[in-house]
Amino acid sequence: MLQVNDLHVTVEGNEILKGLTLTINAGEVHAIMGPNGAGKSTLSAVIAGKDGYEVTQGTVTFEGKDVLEMEIEERAQAGLLLGFQYPVEIPGVKNIYLLKSALNAQRVARGEGEMPAPEFMKLVKEKLGYMKMDASFLQRAVNEGFSGGEKKRNEILQMLVLQPKLAMLDEIDSGLDIDAMKVVADGVNSLRAEDRAILLVTHYQRLLDYIIPDKVHVLVDGRIVKTGDAELAKQLEANGYEGIEESVA
Amino acid sequence: MSDTQTFLDTLKARSSNYTAEPTWIAARRQAGAARFEALGFPTRRDEEWKYTDVRSIAQGNFALADNAEFSQASAAALTLPIDAYRLTFVDGVFSSALSDLDSLPSSVQVLPLSKALAENHEAVGGPLGRLTGVDFSPFAALNTAFMEEGAVVRIAPGAVVEKPILLQFLSRAGQPVMCHPRVLVEAGSRSEATLIEHYTGESEATNFTNVVGELMLDRGAILAHYKLQEAPLGDMHVASIHVEQGRDTRYTSYNLSLGGALVRNDLISDLNGQGAETNFLGLFFGQGRQHVDNHTKVNHNAPLTFSNENYKGILDDRAHGVFNGKVYVKRDSQKIEGFQSNQNLLLSDRAHIDAKPELEIYADDVKCSHGTTTGQLDEEAIYALRTRGIDEATARGLLTLAFAGEVLDKVSLDAIAERVELAVAGKLPERFNLAGLVEAAAAIND
Repeated sequence: MLQVNDLHVTVEGNEILKGLTLTINAGEVHAIMGPNGAGKSTLSAVIAGKDGYEVTQGTVTFEGKDVLEMEIEERAQAGLLLGFQYPVEIPGVKNIYLLKSALNAQRVARGEGEMPAPEFMKLVKEKLGYMKMDASFLQRAVNEGFSGGEKKRNEILQMLVLQPKLAMLDEIDSGLDIDAMKVVADGVNSLRAEDRAILLVTHYQRLLDYIIPDKVHVLVDGRIVKTGDAELAKQLEANGYEGIEESVA
Repeated sequence: MSDTQTFLDTLKARSSNYTAEPTWIAARRQAGAARFEALGFPTRRDEEWKYTDVRSIAQGNFALADNAEFSQASAAALTLPIDAYRLTFVDGVFSSALSDLDSLPSSVQVLPLSKALAENHEAVGGPLGRLTGVDFSPFAALNTAFMEEGAVVRIAPGAVVEKPILLQFLSRAGQPVMCHPRVLVEAGSRSEATLIEHYTGESEATNFTNVVGELMLDRGAILAHYKLQEAPLGDMHVASIHVEQGRDTRYTSYNLSLGGALVRNDLISDLNGQGAETNFLGLFFGQGRQHVDNHTKVNHNAPLTFSNENYKGILDDRAHGVFNGKVYVKRDSQKIEGFQSNQNLLLSDRAHIDAKPELEIYADDVKCSHGTTTGQLDEEAIYALRTRGIDEATARGLLTLAFAGEVLDKVSLDAIAERVELAVAGKLPERFNLAGLVEAAAAIND
């Protein structure tokens, strides 16, 4: 589904990713772990299309298409969706407005018709219930005045409504207490499907107790230095990244 | 020949139209002409006109229209789709064919100024010019000198006018003309009404409209006043609106400025009785090389009076906006509240705003605040919307609408809100339309 091959990325002249290679197949959940500054957030930002990241070498393809040639919105329309570590506040744009605009923009881009309003509302209400969010959220401006936990739940709510093919979740567990994390993890787990993949970017193993990954990659200094299964994450928790760095060196 | 003289010569050539008029009108006309001649057009050396250059008006050569010919079909395409009592003026000339006062209740009078003068000119003579005299500005003086037509609205005490009263001003393409309409509103005690001034016209028009409005609210009256200015982009538009509010009155101005090459609005409320409240909501949008100047003033002349002002400016391309808002509290007008906010959004690097909020307070027990901010669309927010599949133009449109939202949300007349949305956000596809969602949500809750 997603192929990242020998990806080199610089930000303001500094090389952050130094030849990253990664393959994610449909139905899989991958976790990328690594110390601060390893390039974890850079990877998801480049795939989503954020400005300020220069790809100097390598390729990113999604279902055979060159992602780096696509506009930001085309990537989302193709089914690549990023959940932000720091969701942006958008004053004046109601959540319901964003959800409806985004869902219909994607449907229209895929040649499907717009979803009739009653069907849409039914869908949103169901997903709200899943995320234990009150209907009043819909009338509030996107993330404005939301607590950290509410913002993260809102990101997952968008995923549940938009149903991406590949959900990339950047540090979705940061700033969450244990109850909020369970709700978020339940939301993510409900996304698991044979035709969908999930990429978790995380600093801590904690999240992976609730969302069991199929593959865990350790990212150090711009490269994936080790790949394993869920057990690898537990080793990291016990021994830290330094042990890995030493073993690689 | 000076710019001033051109206009005075046009007036002189028109004088044969005025020979039969009552002496008080002739006297005021002469006073207006004399005052205009003495003042001349304002220049940027005048503090009140520091940011607005009116040479494109002063150096123009505007004739006066002498008919109101306008095809029904063209007018229908321009008119607001709204059920209203309607008076239509074409380049300032009253058109009875394009007006509709069917079923106007007897508690309300809506009539062209010329007719009001013909029927009972003494009844008009008292209020006309009382609030906006010839000394207010050279444009008010010029208007008085050329005063011929306009609208007189009288609402009887206690009358609640269900339908809006729409004054429609159409501007025609062709040789440049000018008009100087007067709008005179007398809202009786405890009456309630909605007044709409709508300026629009043929896109190629290059005319000059110089309107003077005088609105008097008697004790307890409530008036919602929409001014939707969608003049053709070659038009010049100057408006001087003065509101007088008695005890316990509530006036709300929706000043929506979208069109015109050069626009200047002066809006003044005098809060003369306890419990009087004024709300100034403004939205101005400029693109190309449009120049839009809004000067507002609230005079808290009595204790326990309230004002709330929120003006939002959106400027694109090389447009230039001006906001000058003044809140004045008269000596010993205690327990007043005056709030003012002005926010501006610049959509291009070459758009420009001069914003100047002013407070002048001569009482010590007051609550007043003011603030102005100017910024650009949040690129992070655009990015966030695009990562959800929304294209960039739409994301910018949504965010621009969101900026206008605080003002637009208060516009309860859908036909007007839609015009403004269309102007500031472009035509957003159906899927961005929230209409229907609220009902769907309600249906599911049931």
